[in-house]
Amino acid sequence: MTLVQNFPFFSIIIAMFSGILSSVLNSRQARNVSLAAILITTAMSGAVLGYCLGTGESYTYMMGHFPAPWGNEIRAGVLEGLTALLFGIVMLLSVVGGMKHTFEDVEASKINLFFIMIDLMLSSLLALIYTNDLFTAYVFVEINTIAGCGLIMIRQKGRSFGAAIRYMIMSQLGSGLFLIGLTLLYDVTGHLLMSPAKEAVAAIEAAGNYEIPMLVILAVISVGLAIKSGLYPFHSWIPDTYGYATPTASAILSGLVSKGYLFLLIKIFYRVLGQENVIASRIVNVLFLFGLAGMIMGSVHAILEWDTRRMIAYSSVAQIGYIYMGIGLGTQAGMVAAVFHMFTHSATKALLFISAVGLYEVSGGKKDFVSLRGAGNRNPLAGVGFTVGALSMVGFPMLSGFISKLLFATSALQSPHKMMFTIIGLAVSTILNAVYFLRLVITLYARPKKKESLREAYGSEGDAREAGKQEERVKKACESEGDARAGKEVGNRKETNEAGNENAAGEQLGKQHISWGLGTAICGFILLNLFLGMMSQPVVQAIANGLAMFD
Amino acid sequence: MSRRRDNYENSRWRKFERWLDGEIDPLSAKGIETVVPDSSSAQNQAGTGLSGGAVQDLAQAYLQNLEAKAERPDSDFNGYMETEPRESGQMAIQLKEDGQTEPELWKVEETDQKRQKEREERGIRIYRRFYQIMSVLLCMGIILVLLWTIAYLPIFGNAGNPDNNEVSARYIEQGLKETGAVNIVTGMILDYRAFDTFGESCVLFIASCCVLVLLRTDHHSQEETDSSLSDRMYEPKNDMILQKCACVLVPVILVFGIYMILNGHLSPGGGFSGGAVLGSGLILYLNAFGFAKTERFFNAKVYRRVTVSALTFYCLAKSYSFFTGANHLESGIPLGTPGAIISSGLILPLNICVGLVVACTMYAFYTLFRKGGI
Repeated sequence: MTLVQNFPFFSIIIAMFSGILSSVLNSRQARNVSLAAILITTAMSGAVLGYCLGTGESYTYMMGHFPAPWGNEIRAGVLEGLTALLFGIVMLLSVVGGMKHTFEDVEASKINLFFIMIDLMLSSLLALIYTNDLFTAYVFVEINTIAGCGLIMIRQKGRSFGAAIRYMIMSQLGSGLFLIGLTLLYDVTGHLLMSPAKEAVAAIEAAGNYEIPMLVILAVISVGLAIKSGLYPFHSWIPDTYGYATPTASAILSGLVSKGYLFLLIKIFYRVLGQENVIASRIVNVLFLFGLAGMIMGSVHAILEWDTRRMIAYSSVAQIGYIYMGIGLGTQAGMVAAVFHMFTHSATKALLFISAVGLYEVSGGKKDFVSLRGAGNRNPLAGVGFTVGALSMVGFPMLSGFISKLLFATSALQSPHKMMFTIIGLAVSTILNAVYFLRLVITLYARPKKKESLREAYGSEGDAREAGKQEERVKKACESEGDARAGKEVGNRKETNEAGNENAAGEQLGKQHISWGLGTAICGFILLNLFLGMMSQPVVQAIANGLAMFD
Repeated sequence: MSRRRDNYENSRWRKFERWLDGEIDPLSAKGIETVVPDSSSAQNQAGTGLSGGAVQDLAQAYLQNLEAKAERPDSDFNGYMETEPRESGQMAIQLKEDGQTEPELWKVEETDQKRQKEREERGIRIYRRFYQIMSVLLCMGIILVLLWTIAYLPIFGNAGNPDNNEVSARYIEQGLKETGAVNIVTGMILDYRAFDTFGESCVLFIASCCVLVLLRTDHHSQEETDSSLSDRMYEPKNDMILQKCACVLVPVILVFGIYMILNGHLSPGGGFSGGAVLGSGLILYLNAFGFAKTERFFNAKVYRRVTVSALTFYCLAKSYSFFTGANHLESGIPLGTPGAIISSGLILPLNICVGLVVACTMYAFYTLFRKGGI
């Protein structure tokens, strides 16, 4: 066994160990440890991907001295390596990009706890990717859920507590259903490891026993993981969760956490229940319908939303709908498209959340359309980042969103019954996406309504101001966002926002330069998007190979 | 289902009471509402001696005025009273002098608003009722489906069941030889499937981190308000009965917890259950003797050190074991003689680690809820 083959195990353990270590470190050390852990695990994932591409086959790794059906096991292949690599990159960029806000939003004495959550979230995501054991998957789903709750509520302001409670309830419902499914599956197969469980399932299918329990198991596991990843009728936790958390947490939750569950679902479909059984049971049709509904309704909700961050969150509902639609097509090509869209979405949505932060910074911390007028001129890099993300979501050529839509459309051609619905759904959803994303992009580059007064405020105050005073005001502006939201309900939104905008934006104009972390993160995300969009062929090939290795 | 009623005046019981007191006639439909504009104006008539028509006119004019000023919610009766004297000075002055008429006129407006509100609330109520019924139906549906599934599952305890396969057979037959643990369950969770157990300890760890985020209060500037709010003020001090009982019970509980942890590989018990017993002993001690005495030996620093060192040891020990196992190397850890207290390789130290983590987590949860700190 070569050293590279140990890397999946090393990366999980390193991430967990850094989390444990962070509880006795101060905030700065915890941050450094966390960044180092993410970097190392990402590099290791890259090495695993390279190794698997080189050998062309997957391998299992025994966790302990006992072989497969008795001890724990993890498994690595091309798809696992690729997903882990991408998740690592997105995680690194999200943490770096939101660093400044993390230190502002989180109480100073609790920042090391934030990084514990990040580390354990990383380890649980890696374990969900590499696991070859159903119960290990459940344990790490638990860690993932609790870490997600912690990431949401650690910003102890405004509505984040409500969002965390909502997330906890919905997520626990999903975990509970998933656990019921695992219990039933263990009862009829007698195995928790994926490979022997698959043999047992095949034997059951061949003998024709336990037809009803198998159907219920399939349904309960699919619905449980669908709730956790935010499929349309179960999406009610998404807008609050993504809308009120600290930016890093939003990016990680939308970009990675839901994808981790999706990856687990695909893995269970292929590695345990058998893709042909899943297709034969017609549960894919249900997922297909929910996915289509999510594509349309998520976009409709996003159009109706005034708060831009909640708008991006609703857009996630639509994108998760795309992925489930791809799974629901029930073909190999559909699955490849779904996995590719998973990558697209995690890269793009994290870019949107992070670059939106840069735009809020120059708009006095406000998130509505009126305050964001002209923000793209005030913070050019964030504006470009947001534009790239929005265009990618809409499906502009050269960006990753275009490739995933192309893959969905071509894969739909292979399944005659669902072709019409898929193509129409794609067309309608694309138009709706364009409506809300391009509206915001145009707003970003529109002239601010009270431009002169803004300039005056900036010009007269700009030089005399002290740095400390300004920071205080920025914090106040951030805290006042809760009030702004209340004002929105009263209906005199415009006046208050414009009044607030004048002062806040005027103050903010002085801060033209953005933090290096945010700039790096946005550049990195744009490059990632361009890479996925222009060099898509090897990625698609790798996904297809990886899915083939699952069998 | 009990529900708090806030309109006690309109409740059946209150009506019955009033009927007993001879205030109203319950059989007639009118008089049930406590505030009715007509009756108020009638009372007005009788009480002030003003002509009823004049008051009604005034009320109407007032309502019209309200409608006109609907955009400005802050326009109130006083504003109206200030502008009114120019138009009909005499009447308004009389009204002002009276003092009783003002509230009566207010009630006219209030009832109108109340009715509108009630209409809205009824819509919400209907929706809530629908929601409740639907959720109950959904839950019943899921329960029925799951029960129906159970009917098709293998019969419990049957020898030919799928879960009586080679996996459990090897655990039972070879468990003692391979792990050195007499208690097969401990051998399973800490040796065969140690990775899952490591995950479970991390679940406890991250759960306590989440509670720390939520409940730890770090504002030292607000010390005064905190101390007045926290439970510390109200804790029973020097409760003789509790202290005497604790003196007897706490040592027994702690020793039993330690015994369960140390003997986990030989008899039923182990890290998780023993740790829970230890934690409950600590909590009892805290309740009897207060924070000041407990913090002499168990404070935030001790908590952090114990948790981190236990988890670190678990992590490093199991990493070594996983690494050697996966690379087919000899671990070199002797299993000892089965049944002896020092046996079964890594299981004993791992049990101690898990026990410490569980005990610390339980104690931390309790103190965080009590006073927002460890």
